[in-house]
Amino acid sequence: MTLAEAQSSALAMVPADAAEKRATRRSLLLLAPALIFLAVFFAYPLFDMFGRSFEGPEGLTIAHYEAFATRTIYIRVLVITFQIALSVTLLCLAIGYPIAFVMANASPMVMRVMLVFILLPFFTSMLVRTYAWMVILSPKGVLVASIEAVGLGTPKLIYNRTGLLIGMVYTMLPYMVLTLFSIMKTIDQSLTAVAHSLGATAWQSFRRVYFPLSLPGVAGGSLLVFILSAGFYIVPRLMGGDRDQMLATIIAYQVDILLNWGFASAMAVILLAITLVLFGLYARFVGLRQLLASKF
Amino acid sequence: MLTAEAPATNVSLPATDRNEPARGGAVIALESLSKTYSEVVAVRDFNLPVEGGEFCTLLGPSGSGKTTTLMMIAGFVQPTRGRILINGSDVTRLPPQRRGLGVVFQNYALFPHMSVFDNVAFPLAMRHVPGAEVRELVARMLKIVELTGFEKRLPYQLSGGQQQRVALARALVFEPTVLLMDEPLGALDKKLRASLQLELKHLQRRLNVTVIYVTHDQEEALTMSDKIVVMRDGMIDQVGTPEDLYERPETAFVADFIGEANFVTGVVTATTAEFATIEHPAGRTIRGVCAHRFEVGAAAVASMRPEQLWLATGRPTGDDENALPGRVTEITYLGEAIKYHVIVGEARPRLAQTLVVRERARSDSARFAEGDAVHVVWPVTETRLLDGRDDVG
Amino acid sequence: MDRERSRLTVGNVPVRIAAWSGLAFLIGPLFVIVPVSFSSAQYLTFPPPGLSLQWYERFFSSSQWLDSVWVSLQVAVISSIASMVLGVLAAFPLVRTEFRGKMVVYAVILAPMIVPLIVSAIAIFFLFASLGLTGTVIAIAIGHTVVVLPVVVIIVTATLQAFDIRLEQAAISLGAGPLTAFRRVTLPVIAPGVVSGGLFAFLTSFDELMIPLFLGGPDAQTLAVRIWNSVILEIEPTIAAVSTFLIVLALLVLGLASLLQRIRPRSGLARSG
Repeated sequence: MTLAEAQSSALAMVPADAAEKRATRRSLLLLAPALIFLAVFFAYPLFDMFGRSFEGPEGLTIAHYEAFATRTIYIRVLVITFQIALSVTLLCLAIGYPIAFVMANASPMVMRVMLVFILLPFFTSMLVRTYAWMVILSPKGVLVASIEAVGLGTPKLIYNRTGLLIGMVYTMLPYMVLTLFSIMKTIDQSLTAVAHSLGATAWQSFRRVYFPLSLPGVAGGSLLVFILSAGFYIVPRLMGGDRDQMLATIIAYQVDILLNWGFASAMAVILLAITLVLFGLYARFVGLRQLLASKF
Repeated sequence: MLTAEAPATNVSLPATDRNEPARGGAVIALESLSKTYSEVVAVRDFNLPVEGGEFCTLLGPSGSGKTTTLMMIAGFVQPTRGRILINGSDVTRLPPQRRGLGVVFQNYALFPHMSVFDNVAFPLAMRHVPGAEVRELVARMLKIVELTGFEKRLPYQLSGGQQQRVALARALVFEPTVLLMDEPLGALDKKLRASLQLELKHLQRRLNVTVIYVTHDQEEALTMSDKIVVMRDGMIDQVGTPEDLYERPETAFVADFIGEANFVTGVVTATTAEFATIEHPAGRTIRGVCAHRFEVGAAAVASMRPEQLWLATGRPTGDDENALPGRVTEITYLGEAIKYHVIVGEARPRLAQTLVVRERARSDSARFAEGDAVHVVWPVTETRLLDGRDDVG
Repeated sequence: MDRERSRLTVGNVPVRIAAWSGLAFLIGPLFVIVPVSFSSAQYLTFPPPGLSLQWYERFFSSSQWLDSVWVSLQVAVISSIASMVLGVLAAFPLVRTEFRGKMVVYAVILAPMIVPLIVSAIAIFFLFASLGLTGTVIAIAIGHTVVVLPVVVIIVTATLQAFDIRLEQAAISLGAGPLTAFRRVTLPVIAPGVVSGGLFAFLTSFDELMIPLFLGGPDAQTLAVRIWNSVILEIEPTIAAVSTFLIVLALLVLGLASLLQRIRPRSGLARSG
């Protein structure tokens, strides 16, 4: 394939003379529409929001950030956000790892069936799925009724932390499974067999050979789920209780109800900063491509 | 942009009463063509005349710049320096679609969404040839490549050999005077390749089109070419007919790359106009035909084809022959021939080397056994002395 | 499968049970919604006491629901077409041209995927609010174009990377100008990838809530917002009917996309050695 490589590098046209430079410039023009569009409708609004977060009644101020940092209610929200995101991540890992493991080692037919099981909910409207859980978990719903029937009392499964976690784990699980799967698929199946042949038990060969090799997927999936959970709005709002307010929920509340745009901006900037830091970690661990591969 | 202008065409209309397209292959001249990618020189100062109707092959290992050279002729790569002349006119700055050259790509590059007919008709459509004419030209071309009846197939429904023929038909249907081919047979199995080589050669003769052909397969180059250009590191090593290159290599690289060769290095001790004598460090002298002028004291390589060598029990007496004593280390039966590996210069391990001797099999085959002490003998006239500074792989 | 058996030893039975339970957890809710939508009960209950089409009737006779479907359709069509155009144009230099700062450009184009939706939504909301343009279909469509552009760029660049540039060169060598070569060869060959990118963009836009929640208004209420409002106000089975409709839509898009995926290898490159 060296020939094809030589050719494609020949075609990539590293600028060497004027004609090629012109061709490069011309092709870069094709980027302009997308970049201009994003500059106007994405980058500018974000910068504007950043500026707004420092705006007060009398000029520049860090009052919004100060307010956030000094009032216990907001610190509590931040802590809860982290708590929930972490719980969701760990639960997704516990449930998702076996799924991805079995899927990566299944026959192509079984693998395809499992993929449909994951992709169909993944591509179904998030609201629809959340609504389905609200039906299932509602106090008059089938689940509570059957738990009552076997005499385990009357649990409250929704509008509290339990409901919130069920809903969020459900939403985030496909991201975790797909990330894990994309890594596990690349693990050479014969490696564990080799470990077996060298005298390792099933558990040893998993723990010493397979698991370490799947770690990039674990790290990638966990960070992805954590990032998405930390900024999540829909499920916490619909399935959580009053005591489960997360960052996104109160940002929306500030914008919609209190019309306190400056403060909302400050909180959005904080959320964005957290996300970017985590994403930086993600990029270091797994690389950009992986995120994209796992998302679509 | 020049896109609005009609592409170059050689289709003369009407062509109804002709069975065979009459045409003359174009004359091509490459003048000090060079291509540099940032720091890397892909092709350096390439000069080559190609006669009309000639089958010219660019032969070389991967990375030797042959594909880049072909792509410059096709117009997909702009040369950093130099000119490309086709029939005397400078096309260096002409965009590829206006050069009117037929190109057959590696893996054929058939349009996957078009039928065989549409693929072959594509260049005619680009030239605004009327429908009836298109049908006729395509039918004639498909007949030539023996694919009549395959018009409606899609490329993926064809075998590799059939795809190759479609690519050829597509590149020839608009009657270009030059056909450029980039490893067109590389993806096919050996047997199919051999039969297509001959077909291709016949077709080229029949249509009298100038072909520039890129390959890394020396056997293919020897079979098909009128002229072979051996390339190495972006430069021409030697240009010549297949016979020239095989019988009279000018560099050790060519001798090694085309066919098989034995090399013995030494220092020139005496020269005449045609012959020279070199002394092997182990003390033996070898006489041979000079590929170029040598000075006494220069380093030289004696190159011999395995089939020119034979084994003898004693040292020959005549001075028409060279000989080196050695020991048989390996014997391989090849059917029509026997291949001996003979180690020579064993006394000085650093100078020991293995010569390959290829003798025609006889009834008393295997005259020697492994371990036998022998002399490797070959004629002085079949010894070529090449520049010794040239590294031999 | 031998290989599988050699891997799946004693410990693997519980692992498999865990895996399939996890999958049941994922797919289960979809099987709850569909029956509920055919419920004959007047209130939400599962399992439904009997079957009826009343909730579908209600859905199809409610101008509110139908209007919101119309708004969603407009938004999804505009944003998927816009993102396809922008995405295809951008994909070419991203794949074909070497230039400095390419990674930065990639990062910028993919950024909307990384920034939390709530942040993008309110930032864009602030912009349109200051322009007085909230509550319009076009505002939502622009917001969604930002959100789905990365999806389209990822899918189209992947398609273009798999495209053999020699096809384009072949067309040019046969006399086609660069534009003709693009129109007659490159575009038809990459079309399945571009269209499946567009399909995913359509689906994403159709489902996405945050942008229309902030940028919409009484005259521009998407289906997602309509569902959101009725879920918050009252839980009643009409939503189940809508949901069934959306599940069918997802199935349809997934099916179409995998169909397109299947076209690709066939029409891909000539067999290579």
